[in-house]
Amino acid sequence: MENRESIQERVAREDLVMFINASFACSGQREFYSDASGQSVSIDFLHRYILGNYRRLYARTLAAGVNHFNQGQIVLNLLATGALTSAPDRAEENALITAALATLPPQRVFRLFEVLRDRRVNNRRTRAVMRAYIAGRRDAAFDAVKYRNKLRIAAAHAHLALPGELGPFLFHGWKKQRFQTELLETFRQAHYSKDAVYRLPYTVAEGLAARHGIPRDEFLAGIAGQMTANEKLRLQNAAAEDEVKLDVDLSRASLTRLAVYVSSLPAAERAQRESELRAALAGSAARAYRRSPYRLGRVAAILDRSYSSSGTSEKRRRPLAVAMAASCLLRQAASEYRAFWTPALAQDELFAIPYGQTDLAGPLIDALRWQPDLVVIVSDGYENAPPGAVCQVLRAFRKHVPGGRGVSVVHLNPVFDAEHFAPRTLGPDLPTVGIRDAEDLLTMLGFARFAEGTAPLDELEAYLEQRVARFLDARAEGMR
Amino acid sequence: MSGALLERLSLHGLTLAASQVWNSVRLVPIVRAGAPGDLRLAKRKYDEWVMVVSLDGELLEPGVKYVSYVPHGLVVSWTDDGSPAATFGANMAAPDGKRFGSFVRVAHRMAKREDRNRLRLLPLHLAMEGFLALHFGGPDVAWSEYSRQVLSRGLDPRWEASVSGHAIRGLEDALRVFEIHENQVGVLLFVADAFASAFIVSHPDDYRELHRSLLEDFYGELMYQYGLYGTSGHLEASLDTGGVRSLDDLERALDAMRAVWADFHEYMAAGIFDRALTSTRVYRCGPFQLQRFSTSFDPKGENHIGEAIVRADGTVEYLKTYRLSAAQTRRAVLLNKLAEHNWNLHATAAGLKQSREELVRKLEKERLGYLLKDHVLQEARRRRRR
Repeated sequence: MENRESIQERVAREDLVMFINASFACSGQREFYSDASGQSVSIDFLHRYILGNYRRLYARTLAAGVNHFNQGQIVLNLLATGALTSAPDRAEENALITAALATLPPQRVFRLFEVLRDRRVNNRRTRAVMRAYIAGRRDAAFDAVKYRNKLRIAAAHAHLALPGELGPFLFHGWKKQRFQTELLETFRQAHYSKDAVYRLPYTVAEGLAARHGIPRDEFLAGIAGQMTANEKLRLQNAAAEDEVKLDVDLSRASLTRLAVYVSSLPAAERAQRESELRAALAGSAARAYRRSPYRLGRVAAILDRSYSSSGTSEKRRRPLAVAMAASCLLRQAASEYRAFWTPALAQDELFAIPYGQTDLAGPLIDALRWQPDLVVIVSDGYENAPPGAVCQVLRAFRKHVPGGRGVSVVHLNPVFDAEHFAPRTLGPDLPTVGIRDAEDLLTMLGFARFAEGTAPLDELEAYLEQRVARFLDARAEGMR
Repeated sequence: MSGALLERLSLHGLTLAASQVWNSVRLVPIVRAGAPGDLRLAKRKYDEWVMVVSLDGELLEPGVKYVSYVPHGLVVSWTDDGSPAATFGANMAAPDGKRFGSFVRVAHRMAKREDRNRLRLLPLHLAMEGFLALHFGGPDVAWSEYSRQVLSRGLDPRWEASVSGHAIRGLEDALRVFEIHENQVGVLLFVADAFASAFIVSHPDDYRELHRSLLEDFYGELMYQYGLYGTSGHLEASLDTGGVRSLDDLERALDAMRAVWADFHEYMAAGIFDRALTSTRVYRCGPFQLQRFSTSFDPKGENHIGEAIVRADGTVEYLKTYRLSAAQTRRAVLLNKLAEHNWNLHATAAGLKQSREELVRKLEKERLGYLLKDHVLQEARRRRRR
């Protein structure tokens, strides 16, 4: 063998693949088959282990497309141990941290700052990062109202001098004076006047509305204009119970969020609004595809909608929604596409509900009969009709059926298995990759060959390096 | 007419599907295609801590009582002509016995007809009551060794202990994560791969409603121990790939693998499906019969008691079984032996190839010492010491 890796390299590659894979799916939340504390202990350990052993690669994972929760954790751990960064890596690490913070949602970043305060991480780089982030925010007054406590914590922790009236507003209290800045003044007034409540951001107004005793339906109707698109999407059903019509702009929602929303609708409503929902899903999938345009050939997807895809109260119907969204995206990316739901579905993904047991082997045979180039399985990996069948079927297919070797099969798992530090696999014969948002699906497919364990370490390093370059480029372009 | 007593349980008309394992608990779904729907079950919840069931006589009259914690009862509705039966809400407003505060409810009979086509039964308690009533009358010859109370009132009071499903570790999670099949009407429950209980209802919708009630049922104390210390093996059927040349071959191999898998589960539950049963009829409702049954009591093997509703053609429409613990089996065996020998201690001891003292000691150890007079026990103890 010409490219035999040393044992050291193999261990490094396996560690990294496990970590990246875990970081795609795990969010420290409760899963259908395991609880939240087990999840956070498990992922915490992985972070510490990789940080201690492979610091440069750990930082580069920020660019690999891991989910927001893990990006936050990586930034936190890097900042907390800044002294250990070797001099040549420092510039890249700093650039990665800045770029990652810019892509994270603000509530996650502010929460991260709060954790930095709690863990008493207060080195010069941390303060600089916080200063740069807060200076780069578009609307400081909005942040001051919406993230009032967190911004104050960050400002105090990093010794920031806040511009304008923000200092007095946050540190002396809103009661002390009238403000020139409009939003700050509205916030003050909203404590005394019901009308001013409706000019505040939704999350801030919610508490004040309760204080004024404004009925929920009246409040939702009045505040609709101030809600962000995601807030509307999330609240749509609660609002429907109160008989308020929120004007949701489905055309702007991200694919997975949209799928979560669709999966929350009863079947009758889905049928009623079929064309609207279909157009929204297709539009969102097209946008997701434009962001990472990998063309695929003839693709079959095996999509798990068994009872376990109903998720938990923290991630309601998330696995199902990921499957639904993945189906939309694959239809967009593949030249020919066919979906095989398990249990079988009479219509397409729009009408999927979580129900029944997980039989993957039967649909796999059906899918292979259709002669695809690529089979994508989206499932939580708990196969039970019967267990272990899909791996055996695949092995037999590759070994005995003519043309069996040409088909690649990838398993995408939306659920992190805390016990094994990785998404649960279906067997040794097919690579398993974690996935949280279906938008990342095409990226994941690129990563899948590492999960399979065939590609050597230097290839993985090259892959990460390339992702880092693209990640930082995108950031630089966004700045311009 | 209308159907014989159950002699053997069979899964006729039912198929087993692949099991789902969670820690030490293995659940094997039982699937039935095309349930006729003329017999439906609904759960009725009881909130009281204690239920007293009058087995004979009027509700509050003196007589034999069965006292237990009963979290729920089942309400059976049926039609005589095979048309679909109406289901009722879980807590139909029919008065069920009498409540005393929020602690005690006195109920009438284990199975009580509430309407022309409606029957209320206390699941598993029906079978357990049958077990407790084994030779309940006591000695029919007044041998001098037996205490006066036993001679006049029988084995009263007779009691057995069991554990709630809540106490079996992993059962709650196993039921939560279990993925119910499309046409599932029942389940075989294994703890640490030991067969614990079978539960079958007539209609898939009813099963869906009653799935979680398995947690409220009671189980032998063995299952509690197994839940603590046992694990279920990772069992995997293997695909026979000999001769596979195409996808059609592969599909056939998969079907064969599934069949093997189902047979294997049936084999695992052989403790009840392959045994001769002793059954008694409890109630006759139209074309159906409510029966309770027990396997023969074999002190070395697994032994079950249970209850079933059987259609005239022998189809099992409702089934619930309980696995006796070893001690419970030993008590049943001893009582059977005593009854066999007309309750004569000498004859029984001879039949067991033991001395009389050993038999007395055994009775005392198995919590049946209260049957005998005090001086008999003391004398046996004295002789043993010698």
